[in-house]
Amino acid sequence: MLSPIILIPAILNGLLTGAVYALVALGLTLIYGVLHIINFAHGALLTCAMFAAFFAHRLLGLDPYLAALGLTPLFFCLGYALQRFVIGPAAHGEDRNILLVTLGLAVVIENALLYAFRADTRTINLPYGFNVVEVGPAFLSVPRVIGFGVVIAVALALWLIMRFTDTGKAIRAVAKEKLGAELSGIDVAHIYAVTFGLGTACLAIAACLLLPTYYVNPHAGNAFVLIAFTIVVLGGMGSVAGALVGGLIIGVVESLSGLYLGESLGQVGIFIIFILVLLFRPSGLFGERA
Amino acid sequence: MKTYGAIVLVVALLACVPLLTASNVVLNFMVVALLIALVGQGWNILGGYGGQYSFGHAAFFGTGAYTTGILQLHYGVNAWAGLAIGIAAGAAVGAITGALSFRSGLRGSYFALVTLAFAEVLRIIASVAPITGAGVGTLVKLDLRWEAFQFQSRAPFYWIILAFVAVSLLVVKRLEASRFGAYLVAVRENEDAAKAAGIDTFRIKLAAMTLSAAITAAGGCFYAQYFLFLDAGIAYGPWISVEALLAPIIGGIGTVFGPLLGALVVRSLGELTKLATGHAPGLDLVIYGAVLVLVVAFAPRGIAGLFESLRAQFRSKLVERRHG
Repeated sequence: MLSPIILIPAILNGLLTGAVYALVALGLTLIYGVLHIINFAHGALLTCAMFAAFFAHRLLGLDPYLAALGLTPLFFCLGYALQRFVIGPAAHGEDRNILLVTLGLAVVIENALLYAFRADTRTINLPYGFNVVEVGPAFLSVPRVIGFGVVIAVALALWLIMRFTDTGKAIRAVAKEKLGAELSGIDVAHIYAVTFGLGTACLAIAACLLLPTYYVNPHAGNAFVLIAFTIVVLGGMGSVAGALVGGLIIGVVESLSGLYLGESLGQVGIFIIFILVLLFRPSGLFGERA
Repeated sequence: MKTYGAIVLVVALLACVPLLTASNVVLNFMVVALLIALVGQGWNILGGYGGQYSFGHAAFFGTGAYTTGILQLHYGVNAWAGLAIGIAAGAAVGAITGALSFRSGLRGSYFALVTLAFAEVLRIIASVAPITGAGVGTLVKLDLRWEAFQFQSRAPFYWIILAFVAVSLLVVKRLEASRFGAYLVAVRENEDAAKAAGIDTFRIKLAAMTLSAAITAAGGCFYAQYFLFLDAGIAYGPWISVEALLAPIIGGIGTVFGPLLGALVVRSLGELTKLATGHAPGLDLVIYGAVLVLVVAFAPRGIAGLFESLRAQFRSKLVERRHG
């Protein structure tokens, strides 16, 4: 129906968008895999990171890619502190309470940003913001190609951390068997907070990758987080590989359904996938259990 | 029996409010607070008694509101009939989404997520579908006659929403004392054990969700009549899903009066913030979110729970004095 001249660029662009989705989802799935909770504050924290990257550029003149070097550790600490000092103690170890606390945090963060910066939409202008490279029949935006590369690198780094460092091993131990890990001397509260920090750090990187081509307003993160929920469910809750593959799939689906159905209904396509996967295969593509 | 007396007393006291003041500001505040109490009571049945935390009660609220609004606007249906159909439509959405989610065994985080997703799908569809007026919204025709469920002054609206709340209080009180209520609490406390004891947990949860959705949809229908305007962000927006769970959690989750108490407290907090800061957008919601976190952290049984533990302390002191 559509010639490859239109289809191939749409698929390539979908993959590039999907990579950033995957990074947001990676943070979410990491937290779910270890803490077994869905972090409803994920979107608000992404918005927070986008504002941080925006002001790093506006006030300090920092390029977003440079800002990522500072913001990533900063957001790691923020995530660590949130889990260690707010979410953990407030939840009294009850999953239902964690849901409510992260929802409460999301409401606080999002509306504090709305209060501080109003609903205005902001963008930054970078000299390379509109550069493109030609790949076969497609023209691809340079910042998004860079984004794709960085996401692959981050995913690889995360995999190496989880695989070979002591902290990574402790995280995997806690995810598998919390009580056993605690008995063998692992500080579970610390590992929870580290995991939450890693998940939040992913958001800082995602925000810096988004900013050259995307806008920021107090609700900007929400669009991504609902997509990230879909990816996490599609890929299997807690599965890193699932988040990557799921992200790329969703990116392509969104790009193609936007092509066939138009922008506003393209999103409904994602949600329908989401509900169908939740209902019929809640363990996802790579998940072990529901 | 004691609670029935308390319900009658509270409703009778609240019914006097329009006799004491004709201030539109006060009545408007009370109408909105009672509306939130009603919607919150709907959430409380499923979340408080059944332990199934929904993050998407907007799906039922919006369905009730749009059903009655669209039926009046496009099909000339009477508003009171619209109310009945709106409640039925909300209950149907509850039953369908409930059947799908519970059939697939979704619990906890997954249930919260799927309810959120259903509400979002409806919001996106409503924001582009021509029948809802898409971006322009749905304006219910002004027709100030009681036959059209519209009134010159705010007092009749107030008494009607109070009557809705009174019915919801009685329903929940009945539920507490019923076999169905006991099964529902058993599901909340330990679903696997409840199932092992022979309770049809699927049917119990489904019934609770349908009832919960019907009550929340009644709130949506009332909203349409009172404000006469709907758009996708109002009807299906996350604000109502948050208010629906905030009121019972702050007032006292799984209690008869929790949602009413919580709605009055939350709304007062919101108004005070607005007074103090002069309608700054977002600040009232910052307070809501912070209160939610603080209540979960320090008073997990809400205000009702605080009263309860104070009373228990007082009683044990009395006993001590008598025996000491």
